[in-house]
Amino acid sequence: MKRVGVFLCWCGSNIAGVVDMDRLQAEVERMPGVVHVEQNKYTCSDPGQESIRRAIREHRLQRVVVAACSPRMHERTFRAMMRTAGLNPYLLEMANLREHCSWVHRDIDEATAKAVDLVRRAVFKVRLARPLQSGKVPITRRALVLGGGIAGIQAALDLADFGIPVVLVESSPSLGGRMAQLDKTFPTLDCSSCILTPKMVEVATHPSIRLLTYSEVESVEGYVGNFKVLVRRKARSVDEQRCTGCGECLSKCPAKVPSEFDLGLGTRGAIYVPFPQAVPNVPVIDRQSCLYFTRGRCRICQRACPAGAIDYQQEDRLESYEVGAIVVATGYDQFDPAAYGEYAYRASPNVITGLEFERLVSSTGPTGGRILTPGGGREPQRVVFIKCVGSRDEQRGASYCSKTCCMYVAKQAILLKEKLPRCEVYVFYMDVRAAGKDYEEFYLRAREMGVQYVRGRVARVFPHGDRLRIRAEDTLIGRRLELEADLVVLASAMVPRPDARQVARKLGIAANQHGFFSEAHPKLRPVETHTAGIFLAGAAQGPKDIPDSVAQAGAAASKAAALLSRQEMETEPVVAEVNEHWCSGCLRCARVCPYNAISEREIRVRTAAGVRTKTVATVNPGLCQGCGACAVACRDGAMNLAGFADQQVLAEVDALCL
Amino acid sequence: MSVREGWRPKIVAFCCNWCSYAGADLAGTSRIPYPASVRIIRVPCSGRVNPVFVVRALQRGADGVLVAGCHPGDCHYSTGNLYARRRLLVTRRLLAYMGIEPERLRLCWVSASEGERFAKVIEEMTAVLEKLGPVQQLREEGPP
Repeated sequence: MKRVGVFLCWCGSNIAGVVDMDRLQAEVERMPGVVHVEQNKYTCSDPGQESIRRAIREHRLQRVVVAACSPRMHERTFRAMMRTAGLNPYLLEMANLREHCSWVHRDIDEATAKAVDLVRRAVFKVRLARPLQSGKVPITRRALVLGGGIAGIQAALDLADFGIPVVLVESSPSLGGRMAQLDKTFPTLDCSSCILTPKMVEVATHPSIRLLTYSEVESVEGYVGNFKVLVRRKARSVDEQRCTGCGECLSKCPAKVPSEFDLGLGTRGAIYVPFPQAVPNVPVIDRQSCLYFTRGRCRICQRACPAGAIDYQQEDRLESYEVGAIVVATGYDQFDPAAYGEYAYRASPNVITGLEFERLVSSTGPTGGRILTPGGGREPQRVVFIKCVGSRDEQRGASYCSKTCCMYVAKQAILLKEKLPRCEVYVFYMDVRAAGKDYEEFYLRAREMGVQYVRGRVARVFPHGDRLRIRAEDTLIGRRLELEADLVVLASAMVPRPDARQVARKLGIAANQHGFFSEAHPKLRPVETHTAGIFLAGAAQGPKDIPDSVAQAGAAASKAAALLSRQEMETEPVVAEVNEHWCSGCLRCARVCPYNAISEREIRVRTAAGVRTKTVATVNPGLCQGCGACAVACRDGAMNLAGFADQQVLAEVDALCL
Repeated sequence: MSVREGWRPKIVAFCCNWCSYAGADLAGTSRIPYPASVRIIRVPCSGRVNPVFVVRALQRGADGVLVAGCHPGDCHYSTGNLYARRRLLVTRRLLAYMGIEPERLRLCWVSASEGERFAKVIEEMTAVLEKLGPVQQLREEGPP
């Protein structure tokens, strides 16, 4: 029988405060195979680990059980300790006495009885453990960046500067993302495009970056170090190689449709570039509104093009890329304030969102930077901002704070005051959250410039003549307010992109209840996902402003670069194994395998009737991710999962039911 | 049915490593109390759970078995939980055929962010088993 050592951790008072450790030790000492039991205040500490190593030497331990916290917390720590003690790391089993016992049960007798069961389970399982060896797989030294906003741009540039080839996939026709739509940035009032466009150009010209705009990821297969990504390159109807970006076609197109980039405040042709500084500066034909595609005649752009770049026959193309790591930077969307019927967002053109205001104030926007009411085309005398539209409102929006609105409202109010000094500006707020370097000062600057901050929610906005009437309450002095304004700006929340859940599903990463992608650990692994090799950057992970997105993109890039700087990586040895004697070659296992890791092969077997060949299943340990679906599908009991073998799980069941 | 004095139901729970085990961990880190009736076995995926494990648990003295995995569509291995669902629905019927209340086997989805849900599932299941009493059939050494 294997010699098992059990190490009971107090975790300070976290475990020992609820579980009677001495009673537990007395029970554990009687378990089969256990030759040594000891208690430690903090087993994960250096002295704690050292005492395990000493016990392994002194008691010639062959198997180790650490009864402490969750294996998700410290299994890695103790496996590394096993290696330094000269034992195979997979001869260790943890019993989760903290998260699954002492933190959720108060009764000492019940908790102690459960702790005994949990330790017995670990002992029974570890007695059947075998040493496992990890294999090695090569790593593809190339990264995929998903999303061409500021986070994706930064991640791609940082990766490329490490010398790593990058494929950047952006679904819209140009790089730039949300940042390209902004006019100025807080708190420095830098012009957004002035600091963004040089980076966009750098991406397009960087020798290590392959830029795929107007493209979408179809599917992702494989695993860390070896992803296979299928990219759909949507038909642009314009030959990217031939187009010189002269823009002749743009002015000639007879169609006029609302511009997505200007959020419907301006128009574009059916052939268009989203905005003047677009990268690549190659137009795209929107086939839904193009006269040639809808009615079969027009071809004006084709005649206008001096380079012969217009290609109506172009079709979607699928391209496949092999990459070792993926950075997801798909960004955010703005909350649709239609849910707040009382704010008349749909009813009046002069009620707009914060992002729409950005287009209104931008010099590349539909008004050329003059602030005019979309309804009447007049300069507003009074503008009202309403904060927290869709944020911090579980009923109709989202429970979280969108983090950026307080600052961009301050910025927009300052811009208004700069451009129209006589305009009165009111801001209705719940709280002002200006945490960040120089942010509070920036907000105070808005107040000093004469922006009126009123604490309270707006009850109603309704059209009144050619103006808007606002009913609200000033909750600080407890007075009802009624005022008229020419423009109302709703600081609508940052929400996940509508396809965020599909993207999460394609990539096999998790999203939280709102649809923002989940990081592996909120504090210690903020840019990794639970899926190895996939990293997060920017507002796809949660509301973020530009500096935060850039910082996170840099962090994601360096994490990906650290992974890709290696030639090969160790694989998890928890993989499926075939017992060829028992395998009948039915290949049911292959059918349930999500990774195509199982194939068939012929082997020669000696039988009473002589040597014959038979078909058996064989597992590619590089592809196998250790889910164990095949082991259950196998009718012969020939397939097993190392580290979670049938015999081991059954032993665990027995241990718990004793 | 004579229930022995002080009898408390025992639940063997198979929790997938990526969602439900983490959900149970979260119940712990958020200090959400639940009945001490449950004993968790960690498996990589709910699709790893062989119906044999379920029957063995009922045979050896468990009063109920819980199999918890990622929500459909969120499986770390993409499809494991769907196989688990199919297999265990059939297992429930098999249990009913053997005269065992199918409620003793519960399959549920608990994500890594649903600590509260995990606690609630344990509470509900404990209440159900307290009503049903110990397993009478199958048990190798007879009812306790």
